[in-house]
Amino acid sequence: MILTLKIWRQNNSTAKGAFATYKLDDVSPEMSFLEMLDSLNKRLVEEGKDPVAFDHDCREGICGSCGMYINGHPHGPVPAITTCHLSMRYFRDGETIWVEPWRAKPFPVVKDLIVDRSAFDKIQIAGGFISVNTGSAPEANSIPVNKKNSDAAFDSSICIGCGACVAACKNASAILFVSAKISQFALLPQGRIEAKERVRAMVEKMDELGFGNCSNTGACEAECPKQIKLTNIARLNREYYKAY
Amino acid sequence: MEKLISKIPEGPLSQKWTRYKASVKLVNPANRKKLEIIVVGTGLSGASAASSLGELGYQVKVFCYQDSPRRAHSVAAQGGINAAKNYQNDGDSVYRLFYDMIKGGDYRAREANVYRAAEVSNEVIDHFTALGVPFARDYGGTLDTRSFGGVQVSRTFYAKGQTGQQCLLGCYSSLNRQVKKGSVKMFPRREMLDLVLIDGRARGIITRNLITGEIERHGAHAVVLATGGYGTIYYLSTLAVNSNASAAWKAYRKGAFFANPSFVQIHPTCVPQLNEFQSKLTLMSESLRNDGRMWVPKNKGDKRPANDIPEEQRDYFLERRYPAFGNLVPRDVGSRAIKERCDAGFGVGKTGLAVNLDFRDAINKQGKKAIEDKYGNLFEMYKTITGSDPYNEPMLIYPAGHYTMGGLWVDYELMTTIPGLYAIGESNFSDHGANRLGASSLMQAAGDGYFILPNTISNYLADQIRIPSISTDKAEFEETEKEAIGRLDKLVSIKGKQTAGSFHKRLGKIMWDLVGMSRNEAGLNKALKMIHDLQDEFWRDLSIPGGWKELNMELEKAGRVADFFELAQLIITDALNRKESCGAHFREEYQTPDGEAMRNDEDFAYVAAWEYTGEGSQPVLHKEALKFEEVEMKVRSYK
Repeated sequence: MILTLKIWRQNNSTAKGAFATYKLDDVSPEMSFLEMLDSLNKRLVEEGKDPVAFDHDCREGICGSCGMYINGHPHGPVPAITTCHLSMRYFRDGETIWVEPWRAKPFPVVKDLIVDRSAFDKIQIAGGFISVNTGSAPEANSIPVNKKNSDAAFDSSICIGCGACVAACKNASAILFVSAKISQFALLPQGRIEAKERVRAMVEKMDELGFGNCSNTGACEAECPKQIKLTNIARLNREYYKAY
Repeated sequence: MEKLISKIPEGPLSQKWTRYKASVKLVNPANRKKLEIIVVGTGLSGASAASSLGELGYQVKVFCYQDSPRRAHSVAAQGGINAAKNYQNDGDSVYRLFYDMIKGGDYRAREANVYRAAEVSNEVIDHFTALGVPFARDYGGTLDTRSFGGVQVSRTFYAKGQTGQQCLLGCYSSLNRQVKKGSVKMFPRREMLDLVLIDGRARGIITRNLITGEIERHGAHAVVLATGGYGTIYYLSTLAVNSNASAAWKAYRKGAFFANPSFVQIHPTCVPQLNEFQSKLTLMSESLRNDGRMWVPKNKGDKRPANDIPEEQRDYFLERRYPAFGNLVPRDVGSRAIKERCDAGFGVGKTGLAVNLDFRDAINKQGKKAIEDKYGNLFEMYKTITGSDPYNEPMLIYPAGHYTMGGLWVDYELMTTIPGLYAIGESNFSDHGANRLGASSLMQAAGDGYFILPNTISNYLADQIRIPSISTDKAEFEETEKEAIGRLDKLVSIKGKQTAGSFHKRLGKIMWDLVGMSRNEAGLNKALKMIHDLQDEFWRDLSIPGGWKELNMELEKAGRVADFFELAQLIITDALNRKESCGAHFREEYQTPDGEAMRNDEDFAYVAAWEYTGEGSQPVLHKEALKFEEVEMKVRSYK
């Protein structure tokens, strides 16, 4: 495949960025999107030029490191997968592909396609935990959990913290991310004990960090690589009203 | 010999840990807050250790190279986590879990450590459940389990195919709680460049901030490495592509012994390599072997689509060779059996380097829904990668480098041969012998971090309470920082033509071909020479644009590859020394007539711990004899 890449290059958070154009003429449809970028970087390094910086690690869709805007979609045009799982067979020979970092005020650009997502950690630090010290847990089966609730908690818990929901949202809202953790614990008896404090702390932190409000457009759900559902947001709202 | 004091407590095996805890020195709460501990790595062992130590009141500093601790590679573990709960009433017990691990590890692990790992496994499950980890449940609300390879009970707790993710997020949440309390300070995007020793004790680390390039000094009363394994030495492996051995390697160069480096697990069920650009191989969980049946055509070179090959022309080779365990043989046995069939020309797929993993029978018997409930996300992942649907045709799978049983030598307290330096989780060698059983890595990592290290580290720290906060102005920090910068300068000033990744790929190919699933003396010697030459070429022709005082991912890769060259040579030295086949270490010269591993207990029932003796000089071998008081060493059979 022959491809033209328009990639956002930006040296640091304060520098002015711009699209740079690269031509690749030996892309295999069997490559993943990141392997295609690897091949570009290999060429750049061999020419002594600065390679395109992007975050990546597990390359199997679970660590949440990778993420970039590809042709106007977080993680590219194929639903329910991360960038590392995006195969080049989904692109056409001769196509021009636009690649950008997440764009959201709380996620400043670090370099090129790398953004600073530490705001997500800060929200989890505010309350995304159950306060139990090592050694003080009861016997596991002494806390029975209805299978339906347990399965639903699992469905909420599989968020990988990649930030696609924020990037997709016109308001840069983090509500889907926050609601996934709130939901997981709201559905489990272990999590009920601190439910009020948790939802207050996490929502307050989310607002403080500059994430926008939710206006129910649902772009987050549509673009989430793990298909986290909007029902989580409804549950967060319920939990939030109950907390005051 | 005299340098390896394993500190195994006296008394019967089942009493050792209890007695140890009753007599270990403690640090009182007022003194704990004066003591600083560094933890490197935030996977299951690092995050659990840091949070537990924080709960106890120590001042903890945690480091990881990723942008968030939640991304450590424990996140990718799929199938499950073992515990001896015996919820299924199928005869399980702490003893049986211990026995299965000792046998699975082919009698090359230390009895006392393994027994303790089995002992704390139940507490690990209790703790994760209390933290809100959504393990699979039965309709009555109790926890469900499944079977894994190498055992005949059902003791594996799971959360679909994302058990590692769920456990890691549990650890991440307990870590966050301590960060909020202020007992733990988190340093993401940091790479450990070296270990700082003062008067022979571990007193700090030198790190590089991966965003700014800034070199930083961090002091502490003790240092804990929780830096995982070195499977990426094969370039293509199931590990995260940035996983590396550098922290452990720097510790080795500073005097920590490295144990059994040649014990590397090749996982049998991975998506085969599809092309030459590939950057990693994706694991398909061992749990799939509960319902998937492995087969190849009985006729050599049969290229028909799998579904067109009639039943009588299929060779279910694991069921044929190992009727007692069938598809659930341990990983090393499974991997070799697959390699044997493919080498003999019965492999399938485009390259012939694959076998079928077929769910047809399970789907017919249990229904598609039941299979989807158990493996839904794995099937989807497989389809995403390959474009083929495992509900309709068999998965194609082939072995890949996965887990390293070898690692830094530690005593019963998980301390390395450097006083004050600990190694936990995959970065140490202690619990899995020559082969790890499935679902015991999460178990060991969380057990080490939550329940073992917090108890053993006080024995050392109790004597450190009079040592004030470690000043990083000391000459030792100055000196170590200078060395680290010197190494960075050397890498960026080569100004050659080839990328670090291309060297890594070539190194990986040598390792896979000659130091992989089976090894022989001639091949190992050949690999040693090839790696030596490649290493020379690396230091002559490496290209890194830019310098070290900035974000520079090529430099990060190069530093890791430079260490892999050295580690590869130690792996080969160890493999050459171990003139027997045991577990994952298969020396072709030592096998039975039907191709099974032939152990040599008389000469090799020991842990090989290697001591660094300087650049270009041969490492010195120290032997820790393995004494089996509780179990009898038998020929491991799964037939």
